[in-house]
Amino acid sequence: MDQILGNIGLLIEFPVVNLAIIIEGLMIGALFALAAYGLALVWGVMNVKNLAQGDFVIAGGYVSWWLVNNIGMHPLLGVPVAFVVMWGIGWATYKLVISRVIERDLFTSLLATFGLAIMMAQIMNLMFGSDTQSLTLDMPVLEFADGFIQLPMAKVLGVLMASALALGVVLFMKNSRMGQAIRATAQDARAARVLGIDTEKVYAFTFSLNSAICGAAGAIIVMVWVIQPFYGITYSIRAFVVVTAAGLGNLPGVIAAGLGIGAAEQYGGHIFGIGYQQAIAVIILLLVLIVRLLQQRRNRQVLQ
Amino acid sequence: MKRTMKSMAYTFGILMASTGIAAAAECEVLTLGSAISLTGKYATNGAHAKNGYEFAIKKIKENGGIKVADKCYNFNVIYYDDESKGDRGATLAERLINQDKVQFMLGPYSSGLTKAIAPVTEKYQIPMVEAEGASRSLFNKGYKYLFAVLSTSEQYLASAVTLAAEKAKEAGKDASSVKVAIAVENDPFSLDIRAGVLEDAKKLGMKVIIDEKLPRDLSDMSAILTKVKLLKPDLLVVSGHSKGAATAVRQIGEQKIKTPMVALTHCEAADVTGNFGDAANDILCSTQWAESLTYEDPIFGSASNYEAEFKGSYPEYAEKKVPYQTAQASAAVYVFKDAFERAGTLEKNAVRDAIAKTDLKTFYGDIRFSEAGNNIAKPMVLRQIQNGAYNVVAPSGFASHEVNYPRKAN
Repeated sequence: MDQILGNIGLLIEFPVVNLAIIIEGLMIGALFALAAYGLALVWGVMNVKNLAQGDFVIAGGYVSWWLVNNIGMHPLLGVPVAFVVMWGIGWATYKLVISRVIERDLFTSLLATFGLAIMMAQIMNLMFGSDTQSLTLDMPVLEFADGFIQLPMAKVLGVLMASALALGVVLFMKNSRMGQAIRATAQDARAARVLGIDTEKVYAFTFSLNSAICGAAGAIIVMVWVIQPFYGITYSIRAFVVVTAAGLGNLPGVIAAGLGIGAAEQYGGHIFGIGYQQAIAVIILLLVLIVRLLQQRRNRQVLQ
Repeated sequence: MKRTMKSMAYTFGILMASTGIAAAAECEVLTLGSAISLTGKYATNGAHAKNGYEFAIKKIKENGGIKVADKCYNFNVIYYDDESKGDRGATLAERLINQDKVQFMLGPYSSGLTKAIAPVTEKYQIPMVEAEGASRSLFNKGYKYLFAVLSTSEQYLASAVTLAAEKAKEAGKDASSVKVAIAVENDPFSLDIRAGVLEDAKKLGMKVIIDEKLPRDLSDMSAILTKVKLLKPDLLVVSGHSKGAATAVRQIGEQKIKTPMVALTHCEAADVTGNFGDAANDILCSTQWAESLTYEDPIFGSASNYEAEFKGSYPEYAEKKVPYQTAQASAAVYVFKDAFERAGTLEKNAVRDAIAKTDLKTFYGDIRFSEAGNNIAKPMVLRQIQNGAYNVVAPSGFASHEVNYPRKAN
């Protein structure tokens, strides 16, 4: 308790630290949002809860890391390359696994994607080893407020790329024919089929797009943090919390929730200790679920 | 031409007969067992340990094998992959003992796996010499058949506390003026490290101003580093396996943390010099062993000779540091050889008693076991990354280089 009070005292004594926490949290949250964005698509369109979401993120990181270390590619090029490679891996995964569980019960799809997560982690472990890996971008760190606010340009660039990608996907969903087909399928797959939309193609495209977004997110993460074959679960949990908090089908909400959870985790880490940082995301999830349940109950009472 | 070939073959045969290689071929096989992590999260370090075992077996064979009474033996190890899982390790230990009839075991990788396997070897009274489990909680359970060649984990970073006190005194200050920040993973190994640092800091009257536990899947420690910036400790201690080391070095560099002394574990495993370049400079790293130390023995020669010959046998290490995990694995095999020869029998309890009485000088350091089974004869060593090179700087008796203090923040 003394430690918590001491930490709160520090935030009051040095108000600039609050700003530093928010900035850091938003930068982290932008990457959570990107990882969650694809999950929201797959969940909303195909009704598949992809427990391997984080493993696709890590796989994207390894694609970039491998290419940088083996063919000398620039780390920044890793983002588009990981996008393309993971698109292919996502398409193959859809054909081999996801297409077989897509209209089955919830338990089957959870089990299949859970198995996929374990398999992907083990394959990455066999291919790349269990050591943590990262890439370094030789970029300056901007400092403000006597060094309390720092903006590592590598992280800023990562956030900008993540934002550009998210914006690109939003525009694609809004303006392209495939985007419209995806939205129609998400609303009612049977009606979309009746209208002549090839929903099988839409599903394959959506899952591939999700994998590609994850791949790009992983290529950014390997430049700003570290990756390890078994880190997938970290990003899967965050992605699920973000999507649940945002509400299904609310893609702009996913971005807002990602940023909010990033900032909340940073604050939690400062006040309660870094060991509790992850618990903050789970607590947020529980609170959101409780609020939703209460809202549903109230709506039912009003209707009655 | 044919005659030349024939004479060459004869010459080769005579040469072979006059060396240990031919003698070794006549030796019988003495089988050891080991469940080791060849897949899973400890696969890399598991492979280091296995390579260390195999290199020692090869060297012992080249040096005439193990002489037990009037017979000669060579080691052979049955390995099973424990997949980095404790329950799997325990099952495989049972299999090695009950199905493969193994009477002697080499340890797995990590304290957690050793913790899972030790109750099994203890139940069947199978002597196990381990090299990769440092948690002191392994040695307070009264095990009689478990022996560890490495120093226990509370000693890993305690020397950094002593070094910080020495530096304070050199600056005309009292050791009690030193402020310490601790960030360790919430696992048995790292909590032991924390306990060692707290104990030594308390003895010297130092104030611990940050004491945080890191989550197991740590990827960001900016929350702690912001506190470090505000509270300005003199010593920052971080332990969180390779992910902790990688995250700390990356973010200490990014956030321009100016703490004069930073000490970590697992620098080599995280390849902090390769991954983060100059950001790793002047960081202190604990190690069980270094190739620059002056230890030696008749089988492996000096520590530097071990490194050179090991790299010759395993070219994949040519461009890297030979990890201490490998050296200590070789030392564990050497302990078995020494114990078998002193026991003069293959009877497991006699060998167990001989291991308990080990008093051995090796390339890895002195080995002498306490009643509890941990090695009490070898100190931990602290290295500092100086211009990308790992140089021994503490304890002062082992130091090959002066410590750079205060650390230069990039």
